[in-house]
Amino acid sequence: MSKKDLGLLILILVVGAIVALINPRFLLPINLANTSNLIGLFGILSIGQAFVIITGGIELSVGSLVALLGTLFIDFIAVREMDWPLAFVLILVLGAIIGLVHGWLITRLKLQPFVVTLCGLLIYRGVARFYTADGTAGFAFGQNFPDLEFLTAGRSWGVPNSFFALIVISIVMWVVLHRSVFGRYLYAIGKNEEAAKYSGIRTGRVVMAAYVICGVLTALSAIYFAMYTRSISPASHGQFYELYAIAAAVLGGFSLRGGEGSLVGVILGTVLLQELQNLVNLLGIPSSLNFAVMGGVILIGVLVDQQWGVFRARRRMVDAARKGAVGAAAE
Amino acid sequence: MNYTDTSIAASTPFLSLENVRKTYPGVVALDGFSMAVMPGEVIGLVGENGAGKSTLMKILGGVTTPDTGTISVDGTAHNSLTVEGSLGSGIAFVHQELNLFDNLDVAANIFFGREPLRAGPLKLVDRAKLREMVAPLLKRVGANFSADTQVADLSLAQQQMVEIAKALSIKARLVILDEPTSSLPIAETDKLLDVIKALKADGISVIFISHRLHEIERVADRVVVLRDGMLAGTLGKRDINHDQMVKLMIGRMLKEREKASEAARAPGAVALSAKAVRTPTYPGRPVDLDVRRGEILGLAGLVGSGRTELARVFFGIDACLGGTLELNGKPLALASAADAVAQGIFLVPEDRKLTGILLDLSIAQNISLPNLPAHARRSLVSASAETATAEKQKKDLGIKAPSVLTRTGTLSGGNQQKVVLGKWLAMNPKVMILDEPTRGIDIGAKAEIYGLMRALADAGVAVLMISSDMEEVIGVSDRIAVMHEGQISGILDKDQFSQENVLLLAVGKQPK
Repeated sequence: MSKKDLGLLILILVVGAIVALINPRFLLPINLANTSNLIGLFGILSIGQAFVIITGGIELSVGSLVALLGTLFIDFIAVREMDWPLAFVLILVLGAIIGLVHGWLITRLKLQPFVVTLCGLLIYRGVARFYTADGTAGFAFGQNFPDLEFLTAGRSWGVPNSFFALIVISIVMWVVLHRSVFGRYLYAIGKNEEAAKYSGIRTGRVVMAAYVICGVLTALSAIYFAMYTRSISPASHGQFYELYAIAAAVLGGFSLRGGEGSLVGVILGTVLLQELQNLVNLLGIPSSLNFAVMGGVILIGVLVDQQWGVFRARRRMVDAARKGAVGAAAE
Repeated sequence: MNYTDTSIAASTPFLSLENVRKTYPGVVALDGFSMAVMPGEVIGLVGENGAGKSTLMKILGGVTTPDTGTISVDGTAHNSLTVEGSLGSGIAFVHQELNLFDNLDVAANIFFGREPLRAGPLKLVDRAKLREMVAPLLKRVGANFSADTQVADLSLAQQQMVEIAKALSIKARLVILDEPTSSLPIAETDKLLDVIKALKADGISVIFISHRLHEIERVADRVVVLRDGMLAGTLGKRDINHDQMVKLMIGRMLKEREKASEAARAPGAVALSAKAVRTPTYPGRPVDLDVRRGEILGLAGLVGSGRTELARVFFGIDACLGGTLELNGKPLALASAADAVAQGIFLVPEDRKLTGILLDLSIAQNISLPNLPAHARRSLVSASAETATAEKQKKDLGIKAPSVLTRTGTLSGGNQQKVVLGKWLAMNPKVMILDEPTRGIDIGAKAEIYGLMRALADAGVAVLMISSDMEEVIGVSDRIAVMHEGQISGILDKDQFSQENVLLLAVGKQPK
């Protein structure tokens, strides 16, 4: 764990302690379970985003995708009565295809990630609303999917299964990002795509793969979100979720220029964001201020991190100067 | 303070430094350095990388404050200069790395922030007046482009001219040129040296920093040599020669000047062969070129003659628009650099920091990057395998760094270039293309890189070296191919080597 991640962890614990002191309900099992469920859901989404951000790209369409793919999933199993494992796989494949298309537009046709995914944001939201004729997708009375519901919205030993899912995915993706050849390529491309290309890396394919990973993880989280809310009105479901994901990555030390950030960071970023949401509820802060609190904390976090960097650089120089002086005296 | 008074007698120096000392944490960058520059004098400033040249420049530019010592400008003594003071007293810089806005035109760049404005509350830029002001400046530097050309459309050499015109526009009395020719080809270098002579004739002093000593020989009135932050010596006009400068720079004589062995080499089989290859830059001009195993083929020509573009096609970065490429007699299809790398065709690119290495990665990570799967088990990177490969290259190439885990961004230019070489040498090169391999590298490292190229050739690799440095092309190559406007205008064998012949071919004429 890097020092940055450690700092974030300490911040999470300090904020948690303060909230718990003011309102002991923070530590009630039910509250912790709810919060960790949300951490699981947003965490999966944020990891996908992180893979795109590490290449220096951005994926703005994930909120709309959560709405579209969630709507489709519920429609498949509740209305079309498809077997849920089949629908599950189908949605993941759909997420992969959408990621592939984004990646292809960005790497082969050289469109800017911001533009491609902004168009995606608009298109998928529109399609989702059209698909349900601006209605709500939901389950009919008495419809039950015990296995699916256990896996997505259920709990084991009091801990939401979505949180376990996040832990498994985090471990796998940590290995991919920090230990694999592919992960090294991602960092290299994020740092300097041109130099990576001149080192013989097929940069286009690697970037495309990052968008596919983002698409698949977004699809997975879309299913979890759908099973969590159980009914979806596509006009608002998943709105601003792309910003939650980006915010988690930025809080976790990712640079939007690419090439910087760790998996632990993005998870901690997600945890902090959800803790803040919870804080707004528990401390009786008007929920209309929700976004303002989040924005404020992110701004302060980034500012402190940046200033801390400046401070450390200065201290290093002073140390070196002192050492130099001592060395000179010793000669 | 008013520095613009020019009524000072010519016998007093325009600029003089006395006992200037500057230390950084742990390093003494300048140690009691003194020098003087007379009006209209051209000083050649030489020294190896790290000798203190950059610190000296920063002090003169007012960016850094010296610890002790005095700086006198026009007879007024200062403890340190400020940026405004330096500019105001007529000290202008032309840096090695150009500081131009390439999305603006030439005129806008030259008078950036000082544009003539039209009357009225809107303060619009007076474009007519601006052109009028720019025209004579461009004429003085011998520019062959107009004031409304976008800087992005200019060659590196032309951009350099814009920088010098910018320096002239502030009525400079001392122009400091920091390695201005390191990116220029022969013909344009001559033009630049002419500009220096013109500046001198106008009574403007020049400090000319260059690693190309023969250029210093040609224009300098006096040479100041820096070594380890101290004045290693000065050479008067008559004493300026290559060997003396080198001796002062490194504190000893080089054993011998780098020369290709005179013994005739048996030419090997053709490794890389281009037949009627068309590059995207010159689609109408097919190129035929054979690079043989065991030879160093020098590729000379003016900037913009299509050498780098040809290298990009050979390396799969740019598409080959026509004709065929062959490697060892087999047809070669390159869709990307990855294809070229897989075939053993490697490129050491012109722009080291942008395309050669990743500055934020360690030496080991840079060296393993093109061959990462070989340093991995079940697609997980093995740090020990990476370190082992890098240690070997570090030792073989003599890369000077605390460890192979050091960030490459902290290394000197020469060591960075060795990392670029190391990543390819760790694989199995068949064809090695080097684009300006010694640009901005100090003399010691240069000789080592020449030695490496020769060792590669001796090991049977086909080496293609693009260079704008005439001494280098003639001294290192076994054959020289010269490009002119996208085509090979001629190939010289060893017995035909001469500066004149290369130049004639470079401008599209027949050699003698």
